Amino acid sequence: MDQLLRMIVDLLMTLGNGTLLSTQNEARGDLRETIDWIIRRSDRILDLMVEHLWLVLFTLVIAIVVSVIVGIFISYYETLAQPVLGVCQVLMVIPSIAMLAFMVTIFGIGFTSGVVALVLYSLLPIVRNTYTGIRELDPAILESAKGMGMTERRILFKIKLPLARPVIMAGVRTAAVMMIGIAALAAYVGAGGLGELIFQGIGRGHRPMIIAGAIGVSIIAVAFDYILYYGEKRFSVEGRTREGN
Amino acid sequence: MIKVEGLTKVFPGQTIPAVKDLNLEIKEGDVCVLVGPSGCGKTTTMKMINRLYEPTGGKVYIRGEDHMKIDPIKLRLDIGYVIQEIGLFPHMTIYENIATVPNEKKWPREKTKEKVEELMHLVGLDPEIFQNRYPTALSGGQRQRVGVARAMVSDPPIMLMDEPFGAVDPITRARLQNEFLRIQERMSKTIVFVTHDIDEAIKMSDTIAVMNEGELIQHDTPSDLLSAPADEFVANLVGRHRSIKRLHLIRVHEILKEVDRTEPLTEDAKKEEVEKQLEDSDLRTVIVVDRDNKLKGVIGASDLKRKAGEVAGDYCHEVSDTVTDDATLNDALSVMLECGVGYVAVVNEDEMYQGTITLGDLLNVVREDS
Ligand SMILES: Nc1ncnc2c1ncn2[C@@H]1O[C@H](COP(=O)(O)OP(=O)(O)O)[C@@H](O)[C@H]1O
Ligand SMILES: [Mg+2]
Repeated sequence: MDQLLRMIVDLLMTLGNGTLLSTQNEARGDLRETIDWIIRRSDRILDLMVEHLWLVLFTLVIAIVVSVIVGIFISYYETLAQPVLGVCQVLMVIPSIAMLAFMVTIFGIGFTSGVVALVLYSLLPIVRNTYTGIRELDPAILESAKGMGMTERRILFKIKLPLARPVIMAGVRTAAVMMIGIAALAAYVGAGGLGELIFQGIGRGHRPMIIAGAIGVSIIAVAFDYILYYGEKRFSVEGRTREGN
Repeated sequence: MIKVEGLTKVFPGQTIPAVKDLNLEIKEGDVCVLVGPSGCGKTTTMKMINRLYEPTGGKVYIRGEDHMKIDPIKLRLDIGYVIQEIGLFPHMTIYENIATVPNEKKWPREKTKEKVEELMHLVGLDPEIFQNRYPTALSGGQRQRVGVARAMVSDPPIMLMDEPFGAVDPITRARLQNEFLRIQERMSKTIVFVTHDIDEAIKMSDTIAVMNEGELIQHDTPSDLLSAPADEFVANLVGRHRSIKRLHLIRVHEILKEVDRTEPLTEDAKKEEVEKQLEDSDLRTVIVVDRDNKLKGVIGASDLKRKAGEVAGDYCHEVSDTVTDDATLNDALSVMLECGVGYVAVVNEDEMYQGTITLGDLLNVVREDS
């Protein structure tokens, strides 16, 4: 994470130098070199972006399924809630590199290690939001549903999940953005993606490569957040309420 | 229809029971109002009937069947339930909200649509306007109506209504109460109705069950409750103006039989007859009807002096207001006060003359009470 941040700061400084302080020849040369390199290698960059996206999407789907199920489960078994959330919290604070390295000892180098590590990282936001989203529903709504004779299963699917969805989706967004950043590190265990550019660039001391990788990661992160945010808004209760009027 | 025997609820971690040894029997088609101060166990009692709470002790029989032996889902599907907070589903349209129970019962779509629309009309919400709205786009009173419609849509024989009109302003509340009574007259459901408002209880009920601190104090008709409160607590609850409250309770036709007044004159009666009746009558007024027994007007002493003519019809003047025979005595009193006379003529829906009641009759009713 730290490395990534530093890269992004680097990138901004480079761009800033290039446009604002154009007297600095070195910086200007840097920018030109980077753009040239990106144009020349755009095929490879695009491939890696798609790979990165694929890794994130695949992982996100698994993470959503697992986390929502866990979240629902602990909303029914209240006593398990705090221990489970505690474990998720611990998983999230393990340093990414350590987690990835540990996965390699179990699953070996490759995609699987990356996916498992990313899923474990993204548990907390989705599990916690699913749990609180359900727990904080208006008790009167649940009582009237139950009192009218709805079964627990129907209440879950017809009432609880639809009403908790905005909160769950907020967790998914948090998880997705976090995952995109960490996925760059997954190249380290051979899971592919834009991380490859960044690590190669660091290895060879090739600045344009690092910058191209960082830009790619940022674009994916911003686009994801945007799509998830507006996608959710479009289908939210408030959106529909307004149409209903 | 509903029989409650020794019903007791002790919540976990509490020593004092929320409901204690409650015995209650509610006849089919009756509205039984549970009334009592906040926290006395009304809601708890109601939730034990549909098994939202499991009783700690005692039994509830629904049509003679122990309700613990009925599948709770089936039990609840056949008991309409309205809670004070209404609890509409905010992510569903009004139509979808009302269709909840039909959907649970897997009714065919056509039948559901028909019933939902019928119920929306019944509670005074035009389906054209409201069915696709979401609950947030409704006023408090409209939401209450949706809550009632949702509870009634599958025509359950029993309804549980927990302070259903608690969350609206007094004017809307009075309107909802009257609508409720109108609907109930047609539907005759067996209803357990919770309120903390004794006036609402008197107005809505066939029987009133007064509760305090988890115990049933008195279960009686409103009239008996007003005339013979079981103890200090009930007496305080019904308050000092019991006599006036009684007037809310009695319908005009109920006392009309008892007041034995001379027959009205037809419009072609002779002047002598009018003079004679004017002297004998305690009204100091003569009621005149036409040949079809429709109220034509009244004749006072001054009419006889001022006007000329042969028969009663020539002398009479129109009355400014009447009451119908299903009005309450309180309504009759208001008309008398408004017209500034000590009597009011009673007619039925078709304007047929039914009789006359006087301020004295009302006083008699009130006096019987004290
Ligand atoms: N779910 C519950 N858990 C514990 N105590 C409860 C619960 N529901 C109600 N009580 C208690 O039971 C008593 C009766 O409550 P309730 O039936 O809601 O009263 P009412 O409806 O007459 O206002 C109160 O003292 C209340 O605190
Ligand atoms: Mg209550």
